[in-house]
Order: sequence, then structure tokens, then C-alpha cells
Amino acid sequence: MSPPKGNIVSNEDIIAGLGEIVEEVAGVAAADVTPEKSFTDDLDIDSLSMVEIAVQAEDKFGVKIPDDELANLKTVGDAVAYIEANQA
Amino acid sequence: MSTRPDVVVTGIGATTPIGGTAPETWQAMLDGRIGVVANNEPWVEANDLPVRIYAPLAVDPLTVLTRVEARRLDRCQQVALVAAREAWADAGEPELDPERLGVVVGTGIGGALTLLGQDDVLETVGIRKVAVLTIPMLMPNGPAAAVGLWAKARGGVHAPVSACASGAEGIAWAYKMIQEGEIDIAIAGGAEACIHPLPIAGFAQMRAMSTRNHDPQGASRPFDVERDGFVLGEGAGIMVLEREDHARARGATIYGRLAGIGMSNDAFHITAPEPDGEGSARAIAKALKSADLTRADIGHVNAHATSTPVGDLAESNTILRAIGDHPVVTATKSMTGHMLGAAGAVEGIATLLAIRDGVVPGTRNLNKLDPEIKVDVAADNRKVELTAAVNDSFGFGGHNVALVFSKA
Repeated sequence: MSPPKGNIVSNEDIIAGLGEIVEEVAGVAAADVTPEKSFTDDLDIDSLSMVEIAVQAEDKFGVKIPDDELANLKTVGDAVAYIEANQA
Repeated sequence: MSTRPDVVVTGIGATTPIGGTAPETWQAMLDGRIGVVANNEPWVEANDLPVRIYAPLAVDPLTVLTRVEARRLDRCQQVALVAAREAWADAGEPELDPERLGVVVGTGIGGALTLLGQDDVLETVGIRKVAVLTIPMLMPNGPAAAVGLWAKARGGVHAPVSACASGAEGIAWAYKMIQEGEIDIAIAGGAEACIHPLPIAGFAQMRAMSTRNHDPQGASRPFDVERDGFVLGEGAGIMVLEREDHARARGATIYGRLAGIGMSNDAFHITAPEPDGEGSARAIAKALKSADLTRADIGHVNAHATSTPVGDLAESNTILRAIGDHPVVTATKSMTGHMLGAAGAVEGIATLLAIRDGVVPGTRNLNKLDPEIKVDVAADNRKVELTAAVNDSFGFGGHNVALVFSKA
């Protein structure tokens, strides 16, 4: 479920939303997408899939994730924090 | 006799308009099932296409692959992977040094659905929605690369592109790699999946396609006096080729021998075949020479015969010139339609199984043989003891490829 742009989304909703995207793009079970997991080391997501995930996350959460910011999002928790901090 | 190693076939795989596997496809050929149907896609009407028939896959690769695998692959890569997995399993999943395993999978057109589909996305939505994997999905080495990555083939992954001869050329180059001693096993063949309005429009503008829209099942009719063009199909055919001593040492089941290959070019016209069949006959002659066989040994030809007026006639001249009037000729495109870059590989499998089973599948829809065609075309299944047979393939660009298969 994607909330209307501008709404405050809770931490759990962001984790669940990211989980859906990661499952769709990379086939990792959404339940495995937890804050401490590293996208590359734990979830085996390559750099191309990360770009896909970022594009979908931008749409879902109403944020902009520039390439230089994307490079800093190592873990699911990093992504959640970035989305929380940058939602319109 | 050369001292080069003999090459045998130890695995087969296919997905075609008449079957989701190689055995299902072969059985459908023997049963005379035809995969051509009316094309009711909305884009046919929307583009006012003159061709309203096609031969789509019997089994959608999306039902075979996992969702995540499929979304990273163009449809031409999907069918290649489906057929390669079947062939590899059929060969008994041989264990070998990855550097001794090669992949050669050709395609005529490559990832056309991605190329055209993503262009639509770019034009209508913008770059943000263009798929990240657009390039690896549209590149013509995509099917070979997808199979190579899956199989961990480190000995070399190649993708011959020679239009409708690509699948046969894949098998031919794999044979050469094994003979040169570069590899022990190759996963080889061809793949094509470009059912989309643009390729159909382009072929239709060449007047190369059948417009027998009122009679889909009767539209692909090679060698028949009423033939009026080919029917676009899609699919993949893959063989596991293996150095004979390697196959024997591991106790593999051997379907037969890829006894020889020959390739040539007409250098005559970008699309039209040479009417007297000189260039394509040279490919067959080279294949017989490399197989150390004579014309008399060839009991059967699985013809390229796409059902075009000029192509089928030229090919009958090729066969007469290179082999004679004694082989039993068939055109399995009467059932599968024309799978372009997959055709030669699927028909190579049919040739191999005809030798194994001693039966040539009939050419469907052959109600009245064109009187100008002087070869012995089987209209019905013909039981015939075979020691060796030829599969020929031709592609726009003047490419000719002949494969000779024989009993192991």
C-alpha cells in the first residue's frame, strides 16, 4: 500500500514497503529485509538492482535519492533513515 | 580421415510453438500438430497489419522460470535459458572444468521486445522509467550470455548472428570449438522471440510473409503450389555437443553424431537466394566433406523451406545440386512456423531424432507439390532407415549453414 505523497510514514511502514520492493526486484523474501541487513553482503543485491530499488522507492515514498546518496545506503536501516529524513 | 575428435549430441532442449520441450516438439511433429493461429493481439488491428497469423510458444517461459529470473531477461533470453536447462539436464548435468565448457547461442534479431518496448517507455514516460537492464536485455549476445552465466561456461560464450541461419551457425561454431580442442562440451543452438508489430510490419513490407489470414493452420505450406510466405514463430533449440571420447568415458546417452558442418555465403543479394542454389550447395558440399560422407549416404534433408515462393524453389535446386533427388525431404516449418534464429537449432534436433527413430515427419499442408520442385518431399510421415541426414539453414545476408548428423 502506498500512502499519498506528503504523509508521514512510520518506520515499520517504510521497512515493509522496502521489503516489497526488494522482493519484487531481487526475489529476496520481504521478511528478510530487516534494518541490520546489508544490501550487497546479506541480500546479494547488485548495483543495477539497487538502482531499480531506488527508482521504485522514490515513487513509493515520495523522496529523491540522487546517485551519490544511493552509494551511502549500505544497509536497509540506512535506507529507512534516509527516506524518513527526506520525505516531503 | 582427420585426427580431429568426433562430436556427439548428448542432450537436447527446445521450446517451440508446438511443444514446451524437445520430446514434446518432436512428438507434435510426428502427430502433425500445427502451431499457427490467428493473431488477435490488439496491436494487429491498431496497426492495420496485413498479417494476422502467427505461431506463439506453446508454453510461456514465464510459467517455467522464476519471476525474478524472468524479469531480468528479455523473452529471447528466457527461451534460450529454458531450452538450455532442459538440454543440460537431459545430458545428465555433466561435471567438468568450467574452462572446458563453452556456449554458442545465436539469434537473428536479439532483444527486440526490450529495444522497442523501452523506446516506448522513454518516449511516453521518460528516462526514469527506462529499465536499468535495458542494454543487457536487448543486446544480441544476450541469450548466449544468459545461458553462459547460468552454466558457468568459462571456456567461451559466443553469439553468431546470421538472421535465420543463426541457430544452425551456433551449432556449427560449437562443433569447431570442440574440434579445435578448445572445449570438451558446448551448449549450442539458437533463440528468437520477436513477436511485435514492428518486425511483422517489416517482414510484411518485404512481402515475405503469408497473408493467408482466413486459414491459419494452412498458412505455412512449404513446397506447396499455393505457398505465399512464412509465418512468424518464436522459440529456442539447444543441443549439448560433446567430444565423443568424453561422452563415452562418462557413460552418457548419445543421440547421434554431429558428423560435419559447412558454411558459405551466396554474396549474391542481401535477401534473395541465389536461384540456382550454387552458394547453399557449397555449404552442403563442405559439410559432407568435413563429415567424410558422400551424397549417397544422405537419406534425408530437413529443409530450411520457409514457405516463400522463391526460397523453397531455390532450396530444391540446392538439394538437387548438392545431394540429388534421393533424400526424403521435409519442412517442419509447416508446423512450427518460422522461428528465425531458433529455426536451424530446432530443425537440427528434428533431423537427429529422424535418424534415431527412422521416421521423417511429413510436410503439413502439402496438398499439391509445386511442379517446379523436383525433390522428394514427404507429405506424410515416412518410415525410412537413415544413417545420415542434412539440415540446411539460410539467412538474410546470404548466409548458408549445413549440418550433417549421423548415427552414433
